[in-house]
Amino acid sequence: MLEIKNLHVELEEEDKRILNGVDLTVEDGKVHAIMGPNGSGKSTLSYVLSGKDGYEVTEGQAMLDGADLLAMDVEERAAAGLFLAFQYPVEIPGVGNMTFLRTAVNAQRKARGEEEMSAGEFLKVIRAKAKDLKIDADMLKRPVNVGFSGGEKKRNEILQMAMLEPKMCILDETDSGLDVDAMKLVADGVNALREEGRGFLVITHYQRLLNHIKPDVVHIMAEGRIVKTGGPELALEVENNGYAGILAEVA
Amino acid sequence: MAMPKQIVQVKQDTTEARLAGMTRPDGAGWSNEARDAAIARVRDMGLPHGRDEYWRFTKPADLVASDAPKAAVFETDEAPLWDDRDRLKVVFVDGVFDAEASDDLSLEGLSIERLSQVTGADIHWAKELYGTLEARGQDPVDRPLAALNTAYATDGVVIHVTGRVSKPVNLIYHHKSEASDAFLHHLVKLEEGAEMTLLETGPGAARLNTVLEVEVPDTARFHHVRVQGRDHERRAATAIFTRLGKESTFKSFTLTMNGRLTRNECVIELTGDDAVAHVAGACVGDGTAFHHDDTVFITHDAVNCESRQVFKKVLRNGATGVFQGKILVKADAQKTDGYQISQSLLLDEDSQFLAKPELEIYADDVICSHGSTTGAIDEEALYYLRSRGVPTDEATDLLVLAFLGEALDEIEDEALAEGIHERLVGWLSRHKS
Repeated sequence: MLEIKNLHVELEEEDKRILNGVDLTVEDGKVHAIMGPNGSGKSTLSYVLSGKDGYEVTEGQAMLDGADLLAMDVEERAAAGLFLAFQYPVEIPGVGNMTFLRTAVNAQRKARGEEEMSAGEFLKVIRAKAKDLKIDADMLKRPVNVGFSGGEKKRNEILQMAMLEPKMCILDETDSGLDVDAMKLVADGVNALREEGRGFLVITHYQRLLNHIKPDVVHIMAEGRIVKTGGPELALEVENNGYAGILAEVA
Repeated sequence: MAMPKQIVQVKQDTTEARLAGMTRPDGAGWSNEARDAAIARVRDMGLPHGRDEYWRFTKPADLVASDAPKAAVFETDEAPLWDDRDRLKVVFVDGVFDAEASDDLSLEGLSIERLSQVTGADIHWAKELYGTLEARGQDPVDRPLAALNTAYATDGVVIHVTGRVSKPVNLIYHHKSEASDAFLHHLVKLEEGAEMTLLETGPGAARLNTVLEVEVPDTARFHHVRVQGRDHERRAATAIFTRLGKESTFKSFTLTMNGRLTRNECVIELTGDDAVAHVAGACVGDGTAFHHDDTVFITHDAVNCESRQVFKKVLRNGATGVFQGKILVKADAQKTDGYQISQSLLLDEDSQFLAKPELEIYADDVICSHGSTTGAIDEEALYYLRSRGVPTDEATDLLVLAFLGEALDEIEDEALAEGIHERLVGWLSRHKS
């Protein structure tokens, strides 16, 4: 369970407040969606939760299964079960995708005091999961995200998620840059991971993705706060009327 | 710029002092002629001085001093490099041939002898090559340490390659004495269409001076992979001189880990059309005492030749890296394809990389590019790796290996490259930030 309480965040470099008291709880097994206009702080929330440099938390807390996320290093948060699917996955020339994934899986296992996965076992598991996401052997061998199309990058994110089996998945505008077929493929990958012990926080601009990944709860974020919470129908309302109506209503 | 008179005098004095302390090996025979000429060259040029333009970034004093500065021997329990690879081993301990540790010097496709043994012969093919390419390589830039080597080398291997050789020849240099000062001079002469791989591994001596002269005629192929020893205090001045004929290939890769002072010079002359020369290096250095210098000079003097230089250095805790690379394209060398990249990854603000890339082009139909960069670890990549649970030091190592990978990719033989990769992984595990 992810619990965010009264989270206030500023940029470190400049005196600019981005989040102004976010309250949000994502229960295990549930899919929550966050929608909101540009600049509302959605992506910042995902970065702050994952531990990216450059942000200062001035107030509030974020807990994953009762553990204080904000006190952990980036890699500790990952080992604790937090996963962020990046809006813009980073290209890493010279590091093979497979090497990267195996290093990550085993680093997390080691951090949790579990046994590392053997090369053979890892290969078997990754091949099966890659097949589901239509990721071929070549993509696994190539350097991480280098020369990948937008769709390939996003599928690669979902593959990482499937391999790492996190407890809490944050998807930051995973639908951006995807055509309809690619979005369906990615959504199927996410849906296959939906299970009782795993929560999802899906950040998106558009309702489209939520047709494929059906949320239990939808939040509207504006000016660094959650301004409205409702069921899936809230996403439809946004799709039909835009944000203006909702924002006027809560102002 | 003319050198001030007092510096000229200092150069002359140190040169004479050094020469006075040197002894020519017994039985130098036919090589005496080349050695006399080399001594004359050394006197004429003078040994390097910090004021020499070519030594602007690297202090030559320890390489020039009459006595080799002491260097502790590095103890390791790691398995020897390429241990499972079938190769012909030729072992030198502090510059002295070790017959017992060496393999029988016979291999199909080539003849291999020792310099100290062939100089006594009345006639030998090596006489034509000994000191010849070194002397050619003195123009237009002085390389006095290489001439000093020709004058006083005590031993080395003399290889004549007549066919395609099935396994590499590995010169293994052990360092066992703290004050050893070794001069080894190797000659390789390939026949047309012949091919061989030469490996060099180990620190060699407290102070090691090597010269390798390689004659690569039409359609011959020469591969060279070198790993300089990890002894932290060793010093080395090495020079490779090669001349390439038509459609020939020369490929050389050097890995440098540790060592207090290393100057690797490589002088390549492309004299036959369609020849290919690649020279690459990967280097990792830790600490203020570490100083590594790659100095390359490639002359294109034929049509449609390709040259490629790829040098990568990872420096931390105040280490220094130097790259001086020049491509000279003569007027007739049309259709030249010259590429040069030198890059450093500085893991802290105390380390430094000094680069002097140069192009001098007299032909008008050429493609030449060069680039030199200095950078830190990519923070975005580091964050991405950490967000997947990879700890910072492990993620840094992955990025370091990725950075060096481009230089390792220059090694054609994948098994040899894998051995180098493993060595780097081992080094990284011993050198945490």
